Order: sequence, then structure tokens, then C-alpha cells
Amino acid sequence: MKYYDKLVFELSKEGRTGYSLPVNKFPQAPELPVQLRRESPLRLPQVSEPDVVRHYTNLSQMNFGVDTGFYPLGSCTMKYNPKINEEMAALQGFAGLHPLMHAGLTKGALKVYQEMNKALAAITGMYAFTFDPCAGAHGELTGLMIMRQYHMNRGDLKRTKVIVPDSAHGTNPASAAVCGLEVVEVKSLENGRIDVEALKPLLTDEVAGIMMTNPNTLGLFETQIKEIAALVHAAGGLLYYDGANMNPLMGVVRPGDMGFDIMHLNLHKTFSTPHGGGGPGSGPVGVAKHLEDCLGEIRVSGFHGNFGVILRAYAYILSLGNQHIRKVGQYSVLSANYIKECLKDVYKLPIEGVCKHEFVFDGLVNDGAHDDVPGATTLDVAKRLLDYGFHAPTIYFPLLFHQALMIEPTETESLETLDSFIAVMRKIAAEAAEDPEILRQAPHNAPITRPDETMAARNPVLKYEW
Amino acid sequence: MANLPYLPHTQEDIRVMLEKIGVKKLEDLYSDVPSEFLKKGAYALPDALSEQQIRDYFASLEAMNAKLKVFVGAGAYDHYTPAVIPYIASRSEFLTAYTPYQCEISQGTLRYIFEYQSLMCELTGLDVSNASMYDGPTAAAEAMKMAVACARKKNRVLLSCALLPPVIKVVETYAKFHGVEIGYIPAPDGQTSPEALKAELAKDDVAGVIVPSVNRYGIVEDHTGFADAIHAEKGLLVEYCDPSTLAVVKTPGEWGADIAVGDGQSLGLPLCYGGPYVGFMTVKKEHMRKMPGRIVGQTVDKQGRRSFVLTLQAREQHIKREKATSNICSNESLMALWVTVYLSLMGPEGLKEVNRISADGAHYLYSELLKTGQFEEVFPGKPFLKEFVLRPKQFPGLMQQRLEKAGLFAALDTEEGYVSFCVTEKRTKEEIDLLVKTVKEG
Repeated sequence: MKYYDKLVFELSKEGRTGYSLPVNKFPQAPELPVQLRRESPLRLPQVSEPDVVRHYTNLSQMNFGVDTGFYPLGSCTMKYNPKINEEMAALQGFAGLHPLMHAGLTKGALKVYQEMNKALAAITGMYAFTFDPCAGAHGELTGLMIMRQYHMNRGDLKRTKVIVPDSAHGTNPASAAVCGLEVVEVKSLENGRIDVEALKPLLTDEVAGIMMTNPNTLGLFETQIKEIAALVHAAGGLLYYDGANMNPLMGVVRPGDMGFDIMHLNLHKTFSTPHGGGGPGSGPVGVAKHLEDCLGEIRVSGFHGNFGVILRAYAYILSLGNQHIRKVGQYSVLSANYIKECLKDVYKLPIEGVCKHEFVFDGLVNDGAHDDVPGATTLDVAKRLLDYGFHAPTIYFPLLFHQALMIEPTETESLETLDSFIAVMRKIAAEAAEDPEILRQAPHNAPITRPDETMAARNPVLKYEW
Repeated sequence: MANLPYLPHTQEDIRVMLEKIGVKKLEDLYSDVPSEFLKKGAYALPDALSEQQIRDYFASLEAMNAKLKVFVGAGAYDHYTPAVIPYIASRSEFLTAYTPYQCEISQGTLRYIFEYQSLMCELTGLDVSNASMYDGPTAAAEAMKMAVACARKKNRVLLSCALLPPVIKVVETYAKFHGVEIGYIPAPDGQTSPEALKAELAKDDVAGVIVPSVNRYGIVEDHTGFADAIHAEKGLLVEYCDPSTLAVVKTPGEWGADIAVGDGQSLGLPLCYGGPYVGFMTVKKEHMRKMPGRIVGQTVDKQGRRSFVLTLQAREQHIKREKATSNICSNESLMALWVTVYLSLMGPEGLKEVNRISADGAHYLYSELLKTGQFEEVFPGKPFLKEFVLRPKQFPGLMQQRLEKAGLFAALDTEEGYVSFCVTEKRTKEEIDLLVKTVKEG
């Protein structure tokens, strides 16, 4: 990766063009009335097609992706994105479909939705899915709307609180707030699981439900899920499953069987569709049979959700089939536990025991701090990893630990890749012990060094000034 | 059966890893799961397909869909996608990248988002853009929440009845659960009524107003006096736009709007049955810190080189948690790249020419359809660009069937009983003449 400093605006030259349009054969339409016309000049780049291709190719070379290297990124499930899926989603018979075409014209597309509904129901144990949500957080919001709608339909309007564990993904409380629900936090125990005794008094008749991810963000299975489900249901609430951590359960455990009533899936995590530098995602929401009626009442996107993403996920499910799905869950858990065991002598492991697809270290065992030399932090470890050709883990999350490093390898990484990551993590730990300054100055080999984030926030420059 | 090609684990690898972990078999990794929750038996899934089988099966699905020339817009426009866009956007460094939190190895993503923000500000005439939203309707819903958050005590947002139907439905859904009251401004003569707007504003409870720049009838609206009237009541003016048309129509900035939202789909994205598209939002500078979504900002690295980072994150859900007014995180970053490459290729002249050809084609179709004697004008004399509605003199079902048989998707029924048409630069004169001939044959 090498530094490239241009913006497309800086390549612009008056009179240069990069478009190809047909000759206009129509009579001239009447001009818009003057008061409806754009007055200001339209300053867009004036560049040729080769300029554009070279510019964006150069930009791409300052980027890291799954195809470039390993992402041990906790709760993000950065698995390999199969290439056949890209080709299938680009087929003209799908890409050219107008969203308002009636069912008689879109039989192939509708079959994709029907088959995906069946497949996701089989995988999760839910009854039916909506495919409208465009991302995981969008799915959470939709799921909570369904939860509230369920209570409203029963005429139970006082249920305006939702219980969220202190280890929850940051989107959970935000989604609840957007949905008009008040968040009640439930604490975790020393062993990283929900404190069932602390949960009990929170379960009043004002509680709409609980949001959980299982395994939780520490990668630990909530072993008391059966008891939790019984308590919440007995109090008249519903259980929401945050599907961000579904990968380890693929082919092994189904959220529906554990008593969850509503859940979302992240097709751009568990079902292999590319993350695209921050979307497009897809966050289908599944419900148990007794909530089916609530599905149709919620409209959260313009048309039918991110169909192009759903197509990719469908191709992936067909490649897994009944034969391979179990391996996804098992191998993701195998890889996570392997890394954990290989590194827990040099990174602090706060909670022992078998993890699921991810786990959390609480910083270095020896951060190199001595006398007046400050030690290396989790941020420094993360930045040093970039020098060695790896993406960083998720850092400073969950909030339960001060120096959290959350590692999720996924099932598509080979033992050789895991071993080289482990070797680098050990090397970084050794560097920290000897001279933490190497870490504190990292990255040394990336296209840029650490940027001044304070300046970016204090004096925001958010667009190009012509 | 062979292993899945995406899984690199050999039996020997598995043995080595299990041994290091200190368990005997893969199932032992789930010893913490109560056994009643371990799925027994096979999943109700089809057998795994090979790549060739997937290809064949998708070909059969694709063949079940009609392949028609599209003469319908209504929020999804069949503009041409230059070959460069999918070529660039399929580069795996862009496609397979995560959100650019690790900025040192994400300068490619961060730079194109910065360019995207700059382009959206230029198109809309406003100061600050975020990095994208899901689609147009959800962007409008975010604007509705933002208006209420800015207004503090006022809790009602007005929607023009001339907004696209899905925009109204999605905003209503969000409002219902967020606890925002919605009011409506009718558009009896095909344009959001200024008199009705003023009457609603007089009730002194309006936090914001969402109006379409080009509306559901394809009419370019006149918003003279809207901003002043709304600002006098301390509300926000939100313009819902088709960004492609902003090359020629008065911008939200010029109308005095506080927020512009809409769908970037018209800037080179395929129809793709409704998604992925890309919502956009731009705002006046004073509303910057209330804007939802990610924002990229410029700074320097330790060597003083121009660099880009995600900034102003104190606004975002993962920091604000339960105090957040938006929960968006993953957005439509890759589709923002499509828009950025599209606008770079088209430039000012290309985008104006797209509007010119589309509008000229649409007006040609409009007059030819009227000549058939089968339609009446609904809003005579109202200015439009690429899209318009007509009132069919007879029940349009048979005509629509004939059009489909002729390979054309046109004359979409509207809620009001009109039929809607749209012409983009992709539609040829021959196709338009075929449409008119097919209508006449009835």
C-alpha cells in the first residue's frame, strides 16, 4: 500500500469529459420556469474515463480488505466473500428489475424471497422473516418495532421499557431509544454472563422485552438462557436475539429453540456478503409464529430491502446446504479457541473457559511500562498489527474491560494464517515488553501514520473547497 | 463429499487445533450449551450445490423474471450505468473492506467518502453531508427525527402529500414508534399547497416540514416563501430530492432548506428490484452536530500529510448509546462509491445532458400519448422533467397487459387512479414510438 494524495477534484480540467450518451433525437422540451431552475454553477469534476479509472484504482490501493488479509475483528464476522455470489447478483434479469413491477413479472425474484424465508427459518428456528431492513441496526430497530406492535395489538400500552445487558452491542440501546423504548441495563456476573438474580426484579409489567446476543459479546454462551427465557415470558415480555453473533451457532444451535421470539441476521456477516467498506448490508428480521401478524404492519424501507445482498446470501446458503452448514459454526469456534489458547500467556484473559466464535483479552500481560515510560495500550497493539499485514481486532469493546481486544477469526481462515497471526501477536507482546515506544508510534508501514483526530473534530473540514 | 471450497480446514488441522485447546472433538466446543438446545438431526435445507449448479439454478430463476424496457420511475429510475462503475466498485480492496475505523489502512474508502460528501453538498447547495444512509425513505425518516431533536418542545412534522408513497409510509412508521406526530399538507393541484402549509404552521407545534423538490407526479415544485414561513415558526425545512435532477432544478440550498434528503439511486445505480440504493442527507452547517450517520473529515498525519478520518463521532450511536436519536452505523458505503464515480464521469455537462435527453423524451411521450385520445391531462401546464402522470379514460388493465407483451413496463397505476410514466436517457425514440403504438392499438 502506498500513499497517494489526489482528490478527483484536483484532476479536473475545464472542457474534459468522461461520459458517453446517445444523440438527442427528441424535439426540445419547454424550459423550466426561471424561478425553478438551478442558479448556482454546477461544479463537478471534469475528467476523462482513464483519469477516473486510475484515480480510483490508486485509492483502492490504500485499502485493506478480506481479499488482502486477515481481519480478526470481533463481532464483525469478516469471512471470505465467495466470488460466484457477486456474479449471480449482477445478472441482468435481477439487476434490471424495477421494484414496482407486479408479481407476474418478478416470479424469479419472489422465489428468491420465498426460498430465503424457508432457509433462514430452518437455520434459526424462527417462523417467518421480513427482508426490508438494510443493515443490522436497521434490523434491531425493526425487531423492536415488532415487539412494541405486539404489545400494542394486545392493548398493553404500558410496556415501554426494554432490558439490555451491560455487555450489549452499542447499537442495542440506540435502537431501543429510536424505537421509543426506555433502556434498563442488567449487569453481568464475574463470569461474563447475565446476572439472573439481578434480572428478576427488573421484570415488571412495564417491560416489553429483553435484547440479548447469545453467545454474548464476550463470546460466552449464556448458559442460563432457558431460565432467562422462562422468566421474561412469565413476566409478559418477549426475547429479542441480536444476530450479530449468529456465526458460531450455524448448524448447531437455533435461537428459536432457545426461546427467542424475534431476531435479526446480518447477511453481511454470517452469510458471507461483502461489507463494502460500511454497507450495503442486509438485516432480515425473523419472528416466532405468534408474532407473524405484526410483521406486515411495519414498513422500514422504500421497496423490498437490499435485494442484491439477499441474492448473494442465497447463493451462499445453496453452497452450504445441509452438508456444510454445521462446519461454519464449528470451525469458527475452533479457530477462536485455538487463538485464545495460544495467546493467553501474553495477553490477559479475564474469563477462562471455552469460548464461541470470539473472545476478549484485556490488554497485554506486560505492557512495558517502567519508571516514567508509559506502557503500550490496546490501541498501540492494534496499530502495530497493521504494520505486520493484519487488520486490528475490535478494540475497547465491550465496555466491561478497560483494554478490551475482541478477536473473531471466522471459519474461512487457515491454520497457517492463524499461526502467523499468533506469531505476530506474540512478537508485538515481546516488543511492548522491551520498548513500548515502537508500538506507540505504529503504524510505521501503512500509507499514513496516525492522523490528528483532535484537529479533525475541532476544525471540521468535511468537503472539498473549490 | 468434498469440503466446501471456502473452508481451509484439513482433518489434520482440526486435530492439531483441538489438541492445543485440550478437547477431543469438535462437539466438545459446545459443552457449555445445554444439550436440549443442540440441534438434533438434519436441517431442513436443500443439498449443497456446486458452483456450476448454482450458476444453472440462478439462470433458471433469472429467466422467470420479465425483461422489460422500463418506462416507470416512482422513486427508482432506469438511468444508464457507465461500465467503469461496476468495474471500480468490484475491486476487492473496496468491496471486501470493513468500515474504515482503522484509518491508516482505509484511506481509499475514507477519500472516496470525502469526495462523495463534497459532491452531495455541491448538488444540494448545502454545507455538510454524511457518509450515506440506507435509502431515500429512511433518510427522510432520519430528517424527521432530526427536526424534532432540533426543535426541543415541538413534536409535529408535516409531510407533503405529494411525497412518494414509500417516503410517507416509512416516515409514518418511524414516527409512530419514536413518538412523533405527523401532519399532512395536501397538494390539490399537483403541488404542495402553500396556503395549507401556512395554516398548519399557525398551530405553533411544527418542528419540521418535508416537501418534495420533484414530486410523486413528476412536477417540479415551487417552494417560494416556504423557508421563510417555516423559519418564522422556528421549524426546519426538509427538501426530498431526486439528486440527478439537481443539475437543473433549484437546489435545496437555494430554496433556503435546512436539510436535503433523497435517494442517490438515480446517480448510476441499477434498479435491482429496489436495493441496494443509497440514501443521502446534507444539512446547513449549524445543524452539523445533530446530523445522524458517519462523517469523514480531513486532517493530517504525524508527517503532516493530508489524511482522512471518521470524525464528530460524539454524535453517533456507539458513543451516545441510549441517548442516541439515530441508531445507524453500517450504511451504503459501496453505493456511495458508485455515486462518486458516476458524478466524476458525468461531470457538469454529462449530468445536464442526462436531464435534457430524459426531459425531451418525456415531453415527446407526453404529447404523443395525449394525441392517442386515451388520456386526459391531470395537471395541465405544470412543469415536469422525466416523469409525469395522466388520467386514463378507460380502465388501464388491458393497456398495461398489451404494453407488457410488447416488452414495455409503463403506465404504472397510482393511488389516485392516474397512470405514471418516466423516460430516461436510456429510452430510444423507437421504444417510445412502440409504446405509443401499443397504446393506440387498444
